[in-house]
Amino acid sequence: MASREVVETRVLGVARVVWLAFILVACVLPLFYMLLLSVRPLQAVLSDPLGVPSFGELNLEAYRRVVASPEDGGYGLLSFFGNSLIVALGSVVLTVLLSVLGAYAATRLRFPGKNVVNISFFAVYMFPGIVMAIPLFVLFSRLGLRGELPALIIIYLASTVPVSVYMLRNYFRSIPKGLEDAAMVDGCNRGQVIIRIVLPLAMPSIAATSLYVFMIAWNEYLFALLFLLESRDNWTVSLGLAQLDDISVSATVLMAGSVLLTLPVIALFFAAERLLVEGLTAGAEKG
Amino acid sequence: MASGPLATSAADTEPAGTGSGGGPGAGRVRGRGRRGLSLRARESRAGLVLVSPTVLIVLLVVVLPFLWTIVMSFQRLRLIDLQNVFDITLTLRNFETVLGSADLWEMVRTTLIYSIGGTVLSVGAGLATALALRHRFPGRFLIRAFVLVPYVIPVVSAALVWRTLLNPQFGPVNVFGVEVLGWDQPIGFLSERFHRLELFGVGFDAPIALLTVIVFEAWKTFPLAFLFILARLQGLPRDLEEAARVDGATPLQRFRHIVLPQLSGVIALLVLLRFIWTFQNFNDVYLLTRGAAGTEVVAVQVYTYLVSRNDVGGAAALGLLMSVVLIIAFAVYYRYGVVKQEAEV
Repeated sequence: MASREVVETRVLGVARVVWLAFILVACVLPLFYMLLLSVRPLQAVLSDPLGVPSFGELNLEAYRRVVASPEDGGYGLLSFFGNSLIVALGSVVLTVLLSVLGAYAATRLRFPGKNVVNISFFAVYMFPGIVMAIPLFVLFSRLGLRGELPALIIIYLASTVPVSVYMLRNYFRSIPKGLEDAAMVDGCNRGQVIIRIVLPLAMPSIAATSLYVFMIAWNEYLFALLFLLESRDNWTVSLGLAQLDDISVSATVLMAGSVLLTLPVIALFFAAERLLVEGLTAGAEKG
Repeated sequence: MASGPLATSAADTEPAGTGSGGGPGAGRVRGRGRRGLSLRARESRAGLVLVSPTVLIVLLVVVLPFLWTIVMSFQRLRLIDLQNVFDITLTLRNFETVLGSADLWEMVRTTLIYSIGGTVLSVGAGLATALALRHRFPGRFLIRAFVLVPYVIPVVSAALVWRTLLNPQFGPVNVFGVEVLGWDQPIGFLSERFHRLELFGVGFDAPIALLTVIVFEAWKTFPLAFLFILARLQGLPRDLEEAARVDGATPLQRFRHIVLPQLSGVIALLVLLRFIWTFQNFNDVYLLTRGAAGTEVVAVQVYTYLVSRNDVGGAAALGLLMSVVLIIAFAVYYRYGVVKQEAEV
């Protein structure tokens, strides 16, 4: 028996190292390749695809071309960053505002229909985006809102608010209620309790929720494609870059654009990784 | 947490105003006086006011549009003549079009293989990675952060870099395969419907493009499964495993009989969630192959009806059929969730 224990421990130990190495390569290598290709000239890539670039050939020409406006012989990606920022930040502000109120009500107050609200939120979380898109596409076409950024913000708000309420609710539960009762006794009303007691204590979870919403809105593709395609001035970076792929732009330029699209999200993620992980999995350890 | 469901359900069934009967809030409301009643009523009102913007937006953007989809699926509606929106002549033509289309069964089969394959691979890789990172060692947090990268990067960047990596002319995977592994020719990972493979002398046609989009889906989503399973793993009590070790259970036996049963809840939840999300996935397949080479899943076909064929009614009918499958899956989850909650109380 003892020998079986030893054999299994050794085999599993090796398997564990091999698997982790494989997973790390699979997760990091594509990003590394993206970065590498974006700083090589296309000719060098075509003649030696597997080669390690020499320092001499590194240049930022692909970045210049993908960012520069069409008049300067570029692809005008820079002008889309403003749109993406407006959409992402607008979604964050509105979603956090609504979900703080909703999560507070869901943890602290008793009101009729509360369970129905909680359950239906979960249903929304799983609702197919493409099905939701059909009527909204028709509706916004008729209202003349298709192609406008606020239409996109409203959709991102509706699709992220249920998860945000869920994330915040788990955190609000861990704030002792005694503090709020004490503030009420001291004469604060409900609004003052939320602003002075709950908000400061919930800051970490609010930061995590904001990050989550920002990533969803910044990365989103389907609704941007459906709603914005015909109004080029309002394209988001994701949409603009995907459209470049359609007109057979060189791979180095595409990779430079991908790096620019990915960079804000990766930077935010590594700045607040622990917050986000705890926010997303809060409650998961209970099953 | 254990008292959570109990407390809310008790509070909900209790009619407002008679809250003196020793419900969970009795301590705070105390007594049957007018003041207690008004506090309770004010609390309900505050709750409804605070939650109403959220409910309203979800109602307007998700629930009502879905009900409208049901109506539209029975209308003859094209994008060019949208004034027909208020024409209430109902017809079954859309369902006849959708269900009568020649490639219906191929689409159903592709979607099922895609969602089941993607789910199994995603949850399986998540489980393996969570087990490998269970115990503390230096660099563990760094590895955890890197493993999450595919999940957080924009799907457009991810698809573009995969397309470049797998490019038949200069993509490093094909160059490596031909030059180092000695393949006869580059493989069109995203453009070939079938590719002849020889394994141990047996040749068979692998649906290569479909396999590639499944692997992409698993690569992009396994970090979420990994996170949830790891969180559950770290909450497990250690004494059971210790006891089993003392009794002579080997590592595999301890995993099979002690760890796995305790993970079954979170794994079942992940399998359902991933199935539901993969089943409706549009972005990944559309960005990688545009639905070509045997990868046309149902979400891509709904998009084709809506945008390329301008057939709103057809898109709505197919979307509705798709939702029925998802509602069934949700009902399974809900039942399962309720059962679990009851077990907890």
